[in-house]
Amino acid sequence: MSKGRISSRITDNAGGAEPPAVVMKGACVRFGGQLALEDISLTVDEGAFITILGPSGCGKSTLLRLVSDLVPIDDGEITIFGNEVETARLKREFSFVFQDATLLPWRSAIDNVRLPLEIGVKHAHKRPKAVSNLSPEDLLDLVGLKGRENALPHELSGGMRQRVAIARALICKPRLLLMDEPFGALDEITRDHLNEQILRIWKETGITIMFVTHSIPEAIFLGQKVLMLESDPGRVRELVDVGLPYPRELPMRETPEFNKISRYLRNLLETC
Amino acid sequence: MNIDKNDTSSKVTKNNLVIAIIFANSWLPILTVVMIFVIWESVILIFGVPEYIAPTPSAVLETLVEERTLLFHNFLPTFFESVAGFVVGNLFAVVLAIAFVHNKMFEKAFFPIAVFVNTIPILAIAPILVLIFGNGISAKVIIAALICFFPTLVNMVRGLESVSPEMIELGRILSATKSEFFWKIRIQSSLPFLFSALKIASTTCVVGAIVGEWIGADVGLGSLIIEATYNFRSPLLYATVIVSSGLAVILFVSVTIAERLIVRWKPEHIS
Repeated sequence: MSKGRISSRITDNAGGAEPPAVVMKGACVRFGGQLALEDISLTVDEGAFITILGPSGCGKSTLLRLVSDLVPIDDGEITIFGNEVETARLKREFSFVFQDATLLPWRSAIDNVRLPLEIGVKHAHKRPKAVSNLSPEDLLDLVGLKGRENALPHELSGGMRQRVAIARALICKPRLLLMDEPFGALDEITRDHLNEQILRIWKETGITIMFVTHSIPEAIFLGQKVLMLESDPGRVRELVDVGLPYPRELPMRETPEFNKISRYLRNLLETC
Repeated sequence: MNIDKNDTSSKVTKNNLVIAIIFANSWLPILTVVMIFVIWESVILIFGVPEYIAPTPSAVLETLVEERTLLFHNFLPTFFESVAGFVVGNLFAVVLAIAFVHNKMFEKAFFPIAVFVNTIPILAIAPILVLIFGNGISAKVIIAALICFFPTLVNMVRGLESVSPEMIELGRILSATKSEFFWKIRIQSSLPFLFSALKIASTTCVVGAIVGEWIGADVGLGSLIIEATYNFRSPLLYATVIVSSGLAVILFVSVTIAERLIVRWKPEHIS
């Protein structure tokens, strides 16, 4: 595998007038002279589900923060649906789910979901009018929290809090969902359950998802493709096609096909 | 109907349970206090200690009842000075904390001065303030305000800065303006910190007011303490001390109740 510039297409339904969700060309990010990301070239088509794996400190989170305009690009290009990242942010083209649910502890579940409607109102006119916001009630229903609208975050379990965070991320109907190890702090059973939910939401909304994880099974179970990054500096090592059919169900993780790709990714990760 | 009945009865049992728990938790301290009073009373009676050196608890209790009008007339000014000082000192601290969080230059310029003011013992600065502001109420309010000021300033700055890095990133992704972020997120995040400072201030402001009255005043619990001491009226002195601590308890309980009503959530990031 050459370590040079790797141009990668995530799915191959391109050709239409719609620009891809994310296009990066030779993107570099430096933190105080130190290269955090080097020469990342990547195309993510609309509707794709890509998971991102890599050793700790390889810049997985930085990659998502680059896409979401939290970290400035030092070299190269990046566009979100054909726009600059800042424009995409003002238009609410993407939203972000953190490892911590990051809810406001004094607000009920439903009021936390409403938060994006109450702030950043100055730029509301930049968002396309045709895309009306979803109702917070419907969203809590979508993530399976019907009936817990008025619960305060401390009254909810970790998994429920994370589902509120997902509902909040979806309220402005973003076309791209960025998830930074969203289930990393949850127990195994809750994580499995939320993995199934996120696949269902992906299927129902047609949203594009970039999902950072450090769990190989999670990366395979969710993604159409797995982007493997290597560290020092963070670079694309390989884009691995998962090739398992959807809908995916949990027992699939016991199959020889799943194990085969899991073994392949483990070997790859060990040499990153 | 039935359900309602069940609800009330379960509430009553719950209340009884709460009372039982409070009693179970408090019988030991109550017993201790009673024992101390019994020992105190008997020591004074057995050794024949004169009343002006140390009065018996029963004499103090008697004075509390007999001199209730005098005590109440002196309680009111001190109460007013404490509350006014509490409001002024904390308001000033909160405003300054907000300014510090918004402008680091401002913090660098003024924080050392705030620390310096805090290092001056309140007993040392009180005469200066009485000289400047005279024998009236304003000097006491300022002393009470001064004693509240620093803990609230420090806690409020900490509270306003307690917002997690992810929350700041979320604000940026949602393109929040500085004022939106401040009013929707920062202010509420600071409330648990603010209230822990207000609880400290609710008792120290009484100390401030009384110290101010020691230096120069005709009325107030502080002046009554001085007067009772010079006239060897020990039971009155002790009674005044009890009223002073009662005042602090009233303020502390009020702040605690306000906290329960306002902060009904559990903070995640208080260390």
